[in-house]
Amino acid sequence: MFNLILRRTLVAIPTLLILIVVTFLLMHSAPGGPFTSEKPLPPEVLARVEAKYGLDQPLPLQMWNYVVGIVTEFDFGPSFRYKDRTVNEIFAQGLPITLTYGTLSFVLSVVVGVFLGVWAAIRQNTWIDYLTVAFSMLAQVLPNFVMGPILILIFTLWLGWLPGGGWNGGQWQYIVLPVIALSTSFMASIARLMRSSMLEVLQSNFIRTARAKGMPESTVILRHALKPAMLPVITYLGPVFVYMITGSFIIDAIFSTGGLGYYFINAAFNRDYAVMMGVTLLLGGLTIFFNLVVDLIYGWVDPQIRY
Amino acid sequence: MNIKLRTLLYTTVFSVGATALLAAGTHPVTGEALADTQTFTYRLLDEITSMDPQLNEDVDGSQFARDMFEGLYNQDAKGNLIPGVALSHTVNADNTVYTFKLRDNAMWSDGKPVTANDFVYSWRRLADPKTASAYQWFVEVMGLKNAGPVMAGDMDTSELGVKAIDDHTLEVTLEQPLPYFALTTTHTSTFPSPQWAVEAHGADWTKPGNIVVNGAYILTEHVPQERSVRVRNDKYWNNENTILDTITALVINDENVALTRYVAGELDQTDVPAGQFKKLKAERPDEAINVPELCSYYYPFNMTESGNPALQDKRVRQALSYAIDRDIITENILQAGQIAAYTFTPGATANFSVPDVEYGTWTQAERDAKAKELMADAGVENLDLEILYNTSEAHKKIAIAISQMWKQKLGVNVTLANQEWKTYLETRGSQQFQVARAGWCGDYNEASTFLDLMNSASGYNDGKYANAEVDSLLAEAKTMADPQSNYTRIEQIIADEMPIIPIYHYTANFLLDTSVKGWPFENVEKQVYMRTLYKVED
Repeated sequence: MFNLILRRTLVAIPTLLILIVVTFLLMHSAPGGPFTSEKPLPPEVLARVEAKYGLDQPLPLQMWNYVVGIVTEFDFGPSFRYKDRTVNEIFAQGLPITLTYGTLSFVLSVVVGVFLGVWAAIRQNTWIDYLTVAFSMLAQVLPNFVMGPILILIFTLWLGWLPGGGWNGGQWQYIVLPVIALSTSFMASIARLMRSSMLEVLQSNFIRTARAKGMPESTVILRHALKPAMLPVITYLGPVFVYMITGSFIIDAIFSTGGLGYYFINAAFNRDYAVMMGVTLLLGGLTIFFNLVVDLIYGWVDPQIRY
Repeated sequence: MNIKLRTLLYTTVFSVGATALLAAGTHPVTGEALADTQTFTYRLLDEITSMDPQLNEDVDGSQFARDMFEGLYNQDAKGNLIPGVALSHTVNADNTVYTFKLRDNAMWSDGKPVTANDFVYSWRRLADPKTASAYQWFVEVMGLKNAGPVMAGDMDTSELGVKAIDDHTLEVTLEQPLPYFALTTTHTSTFPSPQWAVEAHGADWTKPGNIVVNGAYILTEHVPQERSVRVRNDKYWNNENTILDTITALVINDENVALTRYVAGELDQTDVPAGQFKKLKAERPDEAINVPELCSYYYPFNMTESGNPALQDKRVRQALSYAIDRDIITENILQAGQIAAYTFTPGATANFSVPDVEYGTWTQAERDAKAKELMADAGVENLDLEILYNTSEAHKKIAIAISQMWKQKLGVNVTLANQEWKTYLETRGSQQFQVARAGWCGDYNEASTFLDLMNSASGYNDGKYANAEVDSLLAEAKTMADPQSNYTRIEQIIADEMPIIPIYHYTANFLLDTSVKGWPFENVEKQVYMRTLYKVED
């Protein structure tokens, strides 16, 4: 296991470097720049502004300075659009928010999804099963940018129970709706996956043996069936994590949470290079880390897997 | 009197007296009963670019600047100039030197007095290439002496045409005579900034706790992408006339979510989602507001070689303009009181009267007939055209409508090219289009802010239209006491040569809660000073 962690960390460094280079090149190849505006600056003035931010230097030099800045001072650069803030400040404010509701959504999706999936599998062809399948189809059909406004309509306008947006330092009333909106469709797909996986495992010989031995059904399910049935779900969790991060952009836009997801797309539209690079790097790093975690869990769940 | 009546009398007197004591107060001028909490909450589409008056780039940010800082002059509810930090000014004989007399009771929020030096510092800062302000070009609009070389970095900022004669006298020297210079002093990029705070904190000077302001409100809370709060600054010289205590701005990216939260009572003001004005006006007639704005929507033609060669013929351009039924666009598509435009400058512009241009007086049927005739005269059949526009539902609908009008009436085949904002700006700005969508809002309330775009040397003339007569009329207008005759002539030339197709003049649409009073609806530049607002009891 330690070998795996070491190998992954070493591979991560060139991966992130390639990510930096590719993102840099793509970013700069898009027409327009951070200072392109409807009331354009005269060319000499534009040249000075770009020089101030180092945008007049050749691309490889800019890339080098960027990497050096991160490695030596952990400085991700200034925001070109939000003049009063640096990328570090944006991270410091946005990352805790995204991690908070992202983690809560993730945990909620997994816990509820697994629970529903198992329950539907062991009560196959009963009303529980039909309800779960119906719910998961409905939730998968309703994307989060539809769920979000519907939730606000119901809970803020009609019932008046919850605020319609904002974060307010993370008070629970502000977390509820974003978490529900983000987790619902993943809850549904995890439930379906869990259900079909569990149904398959329940047909296996070793389960039949366990039942024949006279084990109580709860032990059969929880001790013997759950682990192997979880494997496909665990594999799916890697992509789920990435979808949640990209989905958080919409959650941030609808619920005004101030999280990082919003900056991801917004920075691209604004050609805010440093913010784009920073968020992409952060996302890349988190994805690599999370895939490692998933592989470790995989190894723990299925002892036959060796790295 | 008997006991029952006496008790009744005492009870009545007591309750009236108690109510009077508990009441929040009444407006000193209008006598209306004021609400207990004087807080105004409104919606922002996106986080603003900066709270620094010289660095701010967006319209929403300029609202913050107007509330937290104060320039030489302010605008009243109708858009006329009234004293701000400056009480009055005098001009020399040829309109090149303006001398402003500043009030002596203006103070910064940390107790320091506001002096002429503060304006010298901030104007130099605006012009300084090291500041890298996106509004640096405004110094040239103001026409300050040596603006060009200072902006380019060839001259030191101390050579800029602004000087403090003493603490309360500011002398401005212009490069050339400009009769409307005073109008430019309401632009937020000219507002003073506190030199000592900027130098002490650098880019962090605008954060709550560091920020020092000379306006009616000061920033106390700022959570980016979520909310910001401005609270009464009691050192402001006119603080006793400010009724509103707190202003909260909530960032809500989605306009429909903003509408839901407005209806739920979380906001006092929000924008109207595209296409919903008519319905909202019917549901909430007192809250849905629709007022003219100082902006025009038009389609410029690319007049250079990279454009469509058929467009070099003015008959083709005229035909394309005549064939557009602007009433369909304003009444069926936009439905928010926009004004059909046959000339470029909006009628709402101060001291401007829209000239009658011939094709504007015809019926649409007459215009269509004339359009067909012109196209036939020009010998153009089956023209292929491309309309460039930036991503937006409204622009798309308008482009589709216009392309259909051109197809049905003139047999033109239109391709619609939709590009994301910055890409579209690059494409349009480098003349890689045939006909594009454009919008322009005035920077000050005078017609030259629009007509200067027609100048062949203008950096905003994306179609690169060049007409020597227009250029000389524009130059002459800058020194005329009443330039209307020149402006009329220019509009007539534009209507004849049709380098752009004027389509409509904008209106500002928004929802405003009925408890909010004091909103300057007649100010076409939408210069709202929130210290004039107050809330009445429901």
